[in-house]
Amino acid sequence: MATRVGMEVSIAAAEAVKQANADIIAAYPITPQTHIVEHLSELVNDGELDAEFIPVESEHSAMSVCAGSSAAGARTFTCTSSQGLILMSEIVYAVASLRLPMLMILANRSLNSPLSIWNDHSDVMSVRDCGWIQVFMENGQEVYDHVFIGFRVAEDRNVIIPFMMNIDGFMLTHVIEPIGLLEQEVVDRYLPPFQPLYRLHPNNPVTMGAFGPPILFTEAKKAQDEAFNKTMPHIIKAWQEFGDLTGRYYHPIETYRTDEAKIVIITQGSLGETASIGIDMMREEKEPVGLVKIRLWRPFPFAELREAVKEAELVVVMDRAISYGGPGGPLAGEVRSALYPQESRPRVANFIIGLGGRDVAPEDFVQMVQQAKAQPGEWYEIYGVRE
Amino acid sequence: MDEYLDRLNIYASRLVSQKEYFVPGHRACQGCAEALALRLVAKTLGRNNIVACATGCMEIVSSPLPLTSWKVPWIHVAFENAAAVASGIESGLKALMRKGRLPRQKINVMAMAGDGGTSDIGLQALSGALERGHNMVYVCFDNEAYMNTGIQRSSSTPFGASTTTSPAGKVVPGQVTWKKNMPEITAAHNIPYVATACSSYPFDLMEKVKKAADIEGPAYVHILSICPTGWRIPPQLAIHAGRMAIETGMFPLYEVERGKYRLNIDLPELRPVEEYLRFQGRFRHLTPELIEKIQQRVREEYEKLKRKVEMTNED
Ligand SMILES: Cc1ncc(C[n+]2csc(CCOP(=O)(O)OP(=O)(O)O)c2C)c(N)n1
Ligand code: SF4
Ligand SMILES: [Mg+2]
Repeated sequence: MATRVGMEVSIAAAEAVKQANADIIAAYPITPQTHIVEHLSELVNDGELDAEFIPVESEHSAMSVCAGSSAAGARTFTCTSSQGLILMSEIVYAVASLRLPMLMILANRSLNSPLSIWNDHSDVMSVRDCGWIQVFMENGQEVYDHVFIGFRVAEDRNVIIPFMMNIDGFMLTHVIEPIGLLEQEVVDRYLPPFQPLYRLHPNNPVTMGAFGPPILFTEAKKAQDEAFNKTMPHIIKAWQEFGDLTGRYYHPIETYRTDEAKIVIITQGSLGETASIGIDMMREEKEPVGLVKIRLWRPFPFAELREAVKEAELVVVMDRAISYGGPGGPLAGEVRSALYPQESRPRVANFIIGLGGRDVAPEDFVQMVQQAKAQPGEWYEIYGVRE
Repeated sequence: MDEYLDRLNIYASRLVSQKEYFVPGHRACQGCAEALALRLVAKTLGRNNIVACATGCMEIVSSPLPLTSWKVPWIHVAFENAAAVASGIESGLKALMRKGRLPRQKINVMAMAGDGGTSDIGLQALSGALERGHNMVYVCFDNEAYMNTGIQRSSSTPFGASTTTSPAGKVVPGQVTWKKNMPEITAAHNIPYVATACSSYPFDLMEKVKKAADIEGPAYVHILSICPTGWRIPPQLAIHAGRMAIETGMFPLYEVERGKYRLNIDLPELRPVEEYLRFQGRFRHLTPELIEKIQQRVREEYEKLKRKVEMTNED
């Protein structure tokens, strides 16, 4: 059924957007997102994808165009990184509250200053609370598959919330990987055309984005929060049905060798593959270490996480962003909140690693586990600083 | 008075539709001629019109949850992006109609913003939309300051005007910069249609909005929208103020259609600017010297405009 080809992950993502038959693509170039939008422009200009490619003058306008096109009922895609995300962030929040479904790929890159085009997760963490569904991708196959899953979830009438895919800049966007491509007929079966509940059209005039006086603002926010909290089963259903059609099943978190693991490492994104090699090395040395990879970042899979680390005495969380003056990295904060209600809970050590494209090798995981074991208490440390 | 209103009713219904799409019940101040201008624009564009509205007075007065003054589809996303949101609506409809997922029909897309949302914070998004050539009508409701947030100056505030961030002080006499020329900036994008209008000239305004909608491609209409609250004039002088703005040459009514300039009201002689300035609280502090400075500038600008009319209509 499916063919497997070697392909740059950015190209695979763009091909998936084509197969998803997007109507509108609005984007502004920024490294390392560029290959995705360049390839999409080619697909549109070669007549392979019947869509409007709107070469906007900024990311702020990219997201604003997406707001308009989604409100008009069009399947909408955009893609950015880093500075582009924080420039558009005002509208990123607005489209979530306006309940305008769309798909965004965020090719994760650090934020100024100093300027760096390289990978970490400080961009996405700046919009952690924006009200989008957010996932972290580990490899090219996940990226390709989640274009379909993302549109499907976002446009699902039980959800109607925009969907953000985090893919590590360069580490994932620019690598060539074997990708199992889907037949168009499978895609069409999985992803029906977008049927919005409301759209801007003269046949049924609606007012969108009204202003919220104090007597109603809280109620509007409560409704949004409730809607968001109900998304989990629909995300899981979309994953399940995707698996049934393709044989590739996804879950809110993935575990690797966590059976009888007294120590669990937690990662997000492409670092998971490197960490698993480190785990194998430690397991050879009889160190009872396992790995938990968090795919679903919002809504956060609290129950699944508790289950996955229930046998652990030590959890070592790998963050790729700093929360200045906070309790450590943003992921560690979430992990601690998840564990807090438990009567007995593992100790949480937190490393901040891989900032601005700094390489992290399997050996680094071995070293961090050694340090976490030796250094008691709850703490965070920026790892690998060159003195 | 009743007799007069009856006559007016008969008169108007023959020439313009009585149907309203921006309907009563909104919360604009008494005598707000920005709301009047908007009503005329909405009336002209009719039922098959989708509105992308920027943050500002007209957004706030027309959409307090759970109420709305809008009988046409309407969306507000933020302050500086009405042109980009409208670009998305226009492109979305285009793609869906081309792909057979919406029936083909003519639907006008309108973006609207105040002078702040247009000439300051929204200028980039507007320039992008005009340059890309979206088929839309962009309407700037220019009341010459950020009224919604309490009468702060914008780049469209005229020289000498006192606002809350350009107050008439002991040393600095209010706004020290000249009004940014948005119609010229948009015309420089070589779009097919640019016009200025004022709610004190309703038929001229409606004709221009109609033309803007009929022309294929982006069109820009800049409407001087008298704001009694911000200009510190009694509400009943709003229409008079608009007339004086045109008759003194402070705000000429003109069009730029495919590069050709036309003055719609070409006065043989301009009234002295003082007749416009003197009854407005925002100009009350102006000295005769400053008024003379404004007078000179108005004369020069008006001459410049007339030369453009001549130059672009030579054969
Ligand atoms: C990004 C951003 N900055 C500032 C504001 C605050 N703000 C809301 S409306 C407004 C002024 C609107 O002025 P204008 O566009 O001239 O419209 P008017 O209210 O005068 O009709 C300002 C400054 C905002 N909403 N968003
Ligand atoms: S402040 Fe001015 S523009 Fe705003 S509603 Fe009042 S009169 Fe109209
Ligand atoms: Mg204004």
